[in-house]
Amino acid sequence: MTMASNFARRLIGNRSTQILGTVNPSSSPTTSVARAFCSSTTPITATLFPGDGIGPEIAESVKKVFTTAGVPINWEEHYVGTEIDPRTQSFLTWESLESVRRNKVGLKGPMATPIGKGHRSLNLTLRKELNLYANVRPCYSLPGYKTRYDDVNLITIRENTEGEYSGLEHQVVRGVVESLKIITRQASLRVAEYAFHYAKTHGRERVSAIHKANIMQKTDGLFLKCCREVAEKYPEITYEEVVIDNCCMMLVKNPALFDVLVMPNLYGDIISDLCAGLVGGLGLTPSCNIGEDGVALAEAVHGSAPDIAGKNLANPTALLLSGVMMLRHLKLNQQAEQIHSAIINTIAEGKYRTADLGGSSTTTEFTKAICDHL
Amino acid sequence: MSRRQSLSLLKNLGRFTTQTRSVTYMPRPGDGKPRPVTLIPGDGVGPLVTNAVEQVMEAMHAPVYFEPFDVHGDMKSLPEGLLESIKKNKVCLKGGLKTPVGGGVSSLNVNLRKELDLFASLVNCFNLPGLASRHENVDIVVIRENTEGEYAGLEHEVVPGVVESLKVITKFCSERIAKYAFEYAYLNNRKKVTAVHKANIMKLADGLFLESCQEVAKKYPSIAYNEIIVDNCCMQLVARPEQFDVMVTPNLYGNLVANTAAGIAGGTGVMPGGNVGAEYAVFEQGASAGNVGKDTTEEQKNANPVALLLSSAMMLRHLQFPSFADRLETAVKRVIAGGKCRTEDLGGKSTTQEVVDAVISNLN
Repeated sequence: MTMASNFARRLIGNRSTQILGTVNPSSSPTTSVARAFCSSTTPITATLFPGDGIGPEIAESVKKVFTTAGVPINWEEHYVGTEIDPRTQSFLTWESLESVRRNKVGLKGPMATPIGKGHRSLNLTLRKELNLYANVRPCYSLPGYKTRYDDVNLITIRENTEGEYSGLEHQVVRGVVESLKIITRQASLRVAEYAFHYAKTHGRERVSAIHKANIMQKTDGLFLKCCREVAEKYPEITYEEVVIDNCCMMLVKNPALFDVLVMPNLYGDIISDLCAGLVGGLGLTPSCNIGEDGVALAEAVHGSAPDIAGKNLANPTALLLSGVMMLRHLKLNQQAEQIHSAIINTIAEGKYRTADLGGSSTTTEFTKAICDHL
Repeated sequence: MSRRQSLSLLKNLGRFTTQTRSVTYMPRPGDGKPRPVTLIPGDGVGPLVTNAVEQVMEAMHAPVYFEPFDVHGDMKSLPEGLLESIKKNKVCLKGGLKTPVGGGVSSLNVNLRKELDLFASLVNCFNLPGLASRHENVDIVVIRENTEGEYAGLEHEVVPGVVESLKVITKFCSERIAKYAFEYAYLNNRKKVTAVHKANIMKLADGLFLESCQEVAKKYPSIAYNEIIVDNCCMQLVARPEQFDVMVTPNLYGNLVANTAAGIAGGTGVMPGGNVGAEYAVFEQGASAGNVGKDTTEEQKNANPVALLLSSAMMLRHLQFPSFADRLETAVKRVIAGGKCRTEDLGGKSTTQEVVDAVISNLN
């Protein structure tokens, strides 16, 4: 059985996990072959970074839910070190990064960057070493958790490597500082390709490029040009361009107008947090970083909340939903759907909710409720 | 209903119906001479809404008269007499100028601000009584640095396929915008100033901006000061906007925050705003200032004049005609509260002219 599944994997190739990510089961014969061989047999190894603060508790929660759902994943846990590893110039060890590169898939909890100099921030290290170029955040209103907006259903895809966050600043003379915003054709094409591919494989109808090209004509103009080029290859998907200030205004007035949003780095940062606010905050938002060679690192974007660490009060929803995104990336759609429905139903029922959602359950009670719903 | 409740209800009704001033405004002799104001109708729906203001000013017999100038967004530079006129009059009212996207023409809106050194852009976002929105208790003023930052316009192609854009932050500009923000808060009895930044990533640039704000904050100990990162700020605006009072920001973040705040309070069609410098002031629609509306709005003539009408009320206060400003503001608020006369962006079906007529008929 193991030989056969290995043969199937080699037949389809490693990139298949990214390209055929979440295609419907009936769409192609090769995926059903893969499914027949991979679904219940060879466990997949995935890297897990529990992180700091509430990280370990919510990681436990994820492991429990996944085991109950029968997800064939073996976790390789890695922790942030206490010393700077000279090979990576940060607190993340070389072994951790090699693990993600090998497994091609990972789940990351919140990490607090230690203050001080002489090392790179943890997120920056991951991003640069693994070449994570796109950050994907689906934002949808959770039925049962009421916010001022009920009809949010959009995905933000943010270019993650360049733009305003290149970190290139210098003081020209005293009192005058310059900061460089870099836009390259290569990075813009890459993220636009991913955005349209994602829209197609998830059955989305529209991709909107967000920009400020009326003022920043060359930089955002280049980004738009690349998006237009990619749009021509996907004629079935509607493509539009929206100026960012208009976009902000439309999002807070009527978020149902948007479907998939693709943006450069800074706008992506702001818009994705804005959308997270529309649906209930960072405690409920899943996120996934896509890298070259089919690497996918799902992560919870909230902080490590040191004030409630170890008290069994944390809300594991963000990490659980990110885990679901990871499963979909691995084509384990059936389990992904199961776990997703269990989470939605538990929150919708309202009996077991953690403190940040207005309830009084502990992390373990909430996790148990989800397992019961499976 | 208790006595206190009925009294406050009457007081609220009184605010809508009669204008009672206990201590009067005493002008200097000659203050009533009509003041000239430069008028730029602009593109798209601009002429429609500036015409609305002209009609209302006339109906009120306000002591202002307009000197119109024909400017369009696709002109290469500002026309000859325009800058002289604004420098003479010191005050200008403006509709939007449409900047061609991706073209070689730099934005005339931005050029005008740079030429006149209008370094502060102010947008007042507040809930209008009677206009339903998802958020209550919104009363935010966004003060945005208007001349540098990301809009310095310094871009170049390094090699084919790689483009750089310079964001410039200077101590001089950051200091003066911080000073203006605190001065505004002081003169308008505002309690808190929040600086919006991304200094955890852009340590030098936004760090310099924050330093300037912190220094100025020390000189106003009675005004609370705090800082917030821009992505968290947008999230908080959507979740709990009542926590914000006055916000001071660099150029780009100000654009986004102002539009978000305008959206949560009721839409960019109703928020007033203006640009001010040491010597001149230009009043225009608050957020999305370069917005010239859709073609359909222009054809059907149902652009929303409320934003520009409220901005002209701001202009009247700036020109020290408080009672005209009060009358205009009251009339507009009555029309909105009435709910019957609203343009399409507020969910109604009226045309611009109908709204203008309603405002005129509601003037005291």
